[in-house]
Amino acid sequence: MMNLADSAPATNNMLGSEADSQRTLYPYVTGTSVIGIKYKDGLLFAADMGGSYGSTLRYKSVERLKSVGKHSVIGASGEISDFQEIMRYLDELILFDNMWDDGNSLGPKEVHNYLTRVMYNRRNKFNPLWNSLVLGGIKNGKKYLGTVSMIGVHYEDDHVATGFGNHLARPILRDEWHENLTYEEGVKLLEKCMRVLLYRDRSAVNKLQIAKITEEGFTVSEPYSLKTSWDFNAFKNPTLDAEGSW
Amino acid sequence: MDSIYNDLNAPHSMGTTIIGVTYDGGVVLGADSRTSTGMYVANRASDKITQLTDNVYICRSGSAADSQVLSDYVRYYLHQHTIQLGQPATVKVAANLVRMVSYNNKNMLQTGLIVGGWDKYEGGKIYGIPLGGTLLEQPFTIGGSGSSYLYGFFDQVWKEGMTQDEAEKLVVKAVSLAIARDGASGGVVRTVTINKDGVSRKFYPGNTLPLWHEELEAKDSLLDSLSATSPEPMVS
Repeated sequence: MMNLADSAPATNNMLGSEADSQRTLYPYVTGTSVIGIKYKDGLLFAADMGGSYGSTLRYKSVERLKSVGKHSVIGASGEISDFQEIMRYLDELILFDNMWDDGNSLGPKEVHNYLTRVMYNRRNKFNPLWNSLVLGGIKNGKKYLGTVSMIGVHYEDDHVATGFGNHLARPILRDEWHENLTYEEGVKLLEKCMRVLLYRDRSAVNKLQIAKITEEGFTVSEPYSLKTSWDFNAFKNPTLDAEGSW
Repeated sequence: MDSIYNDLNAPHSMGTTIIGVTYDGGVVLGADSRTSTGMYVANRASDKITQLTDNVYICRSGSAADSQVLSDYVRYYLHQHTIQLGQPATVKVAANLVRMVSYNNKNMLQTGLIVGGWDKYEGGKIYGIPLGGTLLEQPFTIGGSGSSYLYGFFDQVWKEGMTQDEAEKLVVKAVSLAIARDGASGGVVRTVTINKDGVSRKFYPGNTLPLWHEELEAKDSLLDSLSATSPEPMVS
């Protein structure tokens, strides 16, 4: 799908001037699923630390969960360079917000709205930021959790995910999520989802971080790895009843 | 038959193997020296490790033209920055400038880069800037088409806090292994070592590199083995 030796980019501008709009045609270094859930004291997020380069698992220490101001957390999947650019936009947004020095600060709802506008307007110019974002936080006791895609689709919910997470994690969350999850229950639930993703998502890597945001503030865990189970008789002898199959 | 000549007008590309590693006290940058246009080797002794400032160098891969022009722009920006700052630019600033040009022109550029250097604030640092313009600070990084053959090698042998000698030997061995398997990499191995004492360039011609699987010791001529003790080293 992705031809790394492709010289196509050099010929794209042949018919137009340099002033022609840029367009991101395809991502290069990508992150996979992000999951976010609300829990009793705030919000929890999980993402692995992988940066894939096509089918190669090239980078294994990419931080895809970042804090935004005092009240919010952002998690990104998709093109990492575009996520780094989004962080530059957000850092500037927060800086200007602080410079007002008026006692107010941007909460997760506002940041989510800002991101939605950015993503949608870029999409309209056929030059998207190639990311799916999870944005959540808590301000004055109110929890907020939302998501924005590269085409500007946005919504809020009690649990959100990007990419494969939508297909594998959210069904688990629909079943097992409830209000007033404790921190321990929330982490265990996220780990259950991340383990399934590790088994079933080819671009997943076994090194993840869990981020938490509460009224007190933001923390992100040290990177760690999950145990996996392979010790099943059905795995040791998969073709017992079906010789020749695999 | 004619198809081999079409390639001579193909854009110059450095297939390449490039490496940057940190060690205890600085960094070592390494690269092969092959520049190809299609199947033809346009330059067998290229220098892919280019200076940006006294203390920061860049390893170039992908399109030769794109990486040269990008380096020229960043060298120009850094020159101005150094004058305005009044002291040597940091490796981080150099890397961020490379990222800026790389990211903002992502649709037109096809070059993967490794920025490495030493400054008094952070010591030796290596930054990887692959296609797309992602910026990643790493203890070591590999790039170019030859790097595909080195992921397993580095997974096994990499360790933090090597000495300068260990780091240089590792880089030379790695580039040499990549050259053995990647048709787009070849020629000599060049290394640039940067630390508080300055910059040191080393050159390793093909005959000084170790031999790998199915490679044979080089001879001047078949005839040399004829004058040996045994009569004729021929098999029927």
